[in-house]
Amino acid sequence: MKKSVFLGTLSLTALVAGFASAATLDDVKARGTLNCGVSTGVNGFSAPDSNGVWQGFDVAICRAVAAAVLGDPMKVNFITTTGQTRFSALASGEIDMLARNTTWTFSRDTDLKFTFAGVNYYDGQGFMVKKELGVSSAKELDGATVCIQTGTTTELNLADYFKSNNMKYEPVPIETNAEAQQQYLAGACDVYTTDASGLAATRATFADAENHIVLPEIISKEPLGPLVRQGDDQWADIARWTLNALIAAEEYGVTSANIEELAKGTENPEINRLLGTEGELGAMIGLDKDWAKRAIKAGGNYGEIFAATIGEATPIGLARGLNAQWTQGGLMYSPPFR
Amino acid sequence: MATMPDVRKDGFRLSMLLYDTRYRSITLQVIFLVLFAAAAWWLIHNTVENLKALGKDFSFGFLTVRSGYDINQRLIEYSSDSPHWRAFLVGLLNTLLLAALSCVTATVVGVLAGVLRLSKNWLVARLMTVYVETFRNIPLLIWILLIFAIMTESMPAPNAFRGENPASSMLLFDSIAVTNRGVYVPEPLFTRSLGNLDLGVFLVSWDLLVIIAVLLACVLANRALRKNAETVQNATGVRPVTWWKSLLIFLVPLAALKFALGFHLGLPELKGFNFAGGTHLRNSLIAMWFALTVYTGAFIAETVRAGILAISRGQSEAAAALGLRPGRIMSLVILPQALRVIIPPMISQYLNITKNTSLALAVGYMDIRSTLGGITINQTGRELEGMLLMMLTYLVISLVISMAMNLYNSSVKLKER
Repeated sequence: MKKSVFLGTLSLTALVAGFASAATLDDVKARGTLNCGVSTGVNGFSAPDSNGVWQGFDVAICRAVAAAVLGDPMKVNFITTTGQTRFSALASGEIDMLARNTTWTFSRDTDLKFTFAGVNYYDGQGFMVKKELGVSSAKELDGATVCIQTGTTTELNLADYFKSNNMKYEPVPIETNAEAQQQYLAGACDVYTTDASGLAATRATFADAENHIVLPEIISKEPLGPLVRQGDDQWADIARWTLNALIAAEEYGVTSANIEELAKGTENPEINRLLGTEGELGAMIGLDKDWAKRAIKAGGNYGEIFAATIGEATPIGLARGLNAQWTQGGLMYSPPFR
Repeated sequence: MATMPDVRKDGFRLSMLLYDTRYRSITLQVIFLVLFAAAAWWLIHNTVENLKALGKDFSFGFLTVRSGYDINQRLIEYSSDSPHWRAFLVGLLNTLLLAALSCVTATVVGVLAGVLRLSKNWLVARLMTVYVETFRNIPLLIWILLIFAIMTESMPAPNAFRGENPASSMLLFDSIAVTNRGVYVPEPLFTRSLGNLDLGVFLVSWDLLVIIAVLLACVLANRALRKNAETVQNATGVRPVTWWKSLLIFLVPLAALKFALGFHLGLPELKGFNFAGGTHLRNSLIAMWFALTVYTGAFIAETVRAGILAISRGQSEAAAALGLRPGRIMSLVILPQALRVIIPPMISQYLNITKNTSLALAVGYMDIRSTLGGITINQTGRELEGMLLMMLTYLVISLVISMAMNLYNSSVKLKER
């Protein structure tokens, strides 16, 4: 009899363990911190600064979600993941969301059971070479040795690109961006390939950045965005609409400078709904009225975050390009807050 | 206990399960078995429940899907169009190649170091002590990374070999190029190649098979020659001269084969970005191979030393009294006995080498951990299936090595009559 009680308890534990991960919002609130998966260090996207505080474009998304959910953008526990470990970390529940320049693909969305919260950076894969090689096009790379981060979409694009152009190459598989940088600089590979934004970020850290060029070919579409586990729609909604709030804030001219002013109420009902002075949008995703206001205050709107982390005024110096607002000829477009 | 408890036949009480020595061990075993089964059941059940909660199924179907990625070091035909199981096979062969190479070199290094550590030469013995203590007390991963870093950072890039006055030059009559992308050595080529034998899954070169067959035949012929010499020696007391006959037995067939196949060396030469031609030993392979060799060699050295020290001094003195030369004492008296002590711990060292090859990921050597356990798992999201398959593979490899070494062990162990 004792045995059956014991087994019964065990199976109950197993069941509880099985369903405990269902409500991520409650878990995060109970824990008091957001576990956010980031890269092991890509300058401008996610890297600790000299004080050990994580900074960057992807980090800002984590901070905005933490601000929306917990009220404090600093209550984020950053967990570093490599290209290989990131999905296991998210699937196992070690992290609540992943903001690690991860490409939104069909199989990741469906087969790997993740939900992408949107796109925070429209990117494409590029190639970086040393100027002294005298290469001006990716089509001239036949026979080159290519450093590549394993477990990424770039690995697959690379294979496809060289195959379709009938060229050969020698892949040098590498775990992290830092290692790739080291190998590339040591000349162990001729070419480093990753998303063009990552190349720009890496190149910006070189002492002799002017001796390296990014080739003009962009060989793939890489819509990068934050993602969460599939099956918890409320949590996915929070991540998605936090990102949308940042994008919408830029569109409507809500900045970290004028947000307090605007939060007192404006003539524009869309801004009012966004900032919680009108309607009950927050309650619909299980948060309070000021969620979006806090998210925007954390690091500013999408444009402010872009300018502060990877924009043209920073060493990385990326132009907005595809990532401009749709009103400016870009692809950043938030569905209406209504 | 001095007196056995007085038990009546009809008096079985529940408490006797614990307090009666006749039942106690069975009771404890049953309890532990139940606990063990419950723990195993809980683990499996939990996995199934959580997979269900995540909406994932359990299937090995991903193995037949197109892999989509390239692998730099491949012993069999493979491209990004090949399925995942073939990538797994490529990784498996890379693992086995690295393990086999390392086992051979580690044994050579280990035996040499072990014997030299017992040398009467003070300097040699101390040097070997330093080698053993340094390499065995620093983690393997650090050695791997160190050697890899030395190879990539301090060796010249391929374009240093270019131009009128190149900064670097190739070694050994322009046949070996040491670069920061690996070492290029000459490759064997055959102008009259016999083609390949299609085994269904992969191709095997007929040339290689023929060479192995001829070598095997040479070895067998040489063995027969020596046996014959031994018979003559036992009968007449004079051993016939065999060395030039042995030499002929090996050289003549090999020379004939070289001519028949049109054997020549393909030298590496600069072409485009890299060296072309020749065999490319990548940095990752060299770092892994070298690190595994010197690290495990240090352990094997200690095993060998222990084995030799286990043979009592009287044995060698008795052999010397019989008039044997020191070399013969070692090969006829000491080593056959020492092997019985050396081989069992040696099995563990070979197993360690095989399992330690999985550290290859650190330097991007494409072994089974990097292909199946790395990229395949990552691209398909089949962590559980991939990990189970990988565990099973390592288990099978280890058991096969164990079995082979145990067979060898039973062939050299003391035969009792």
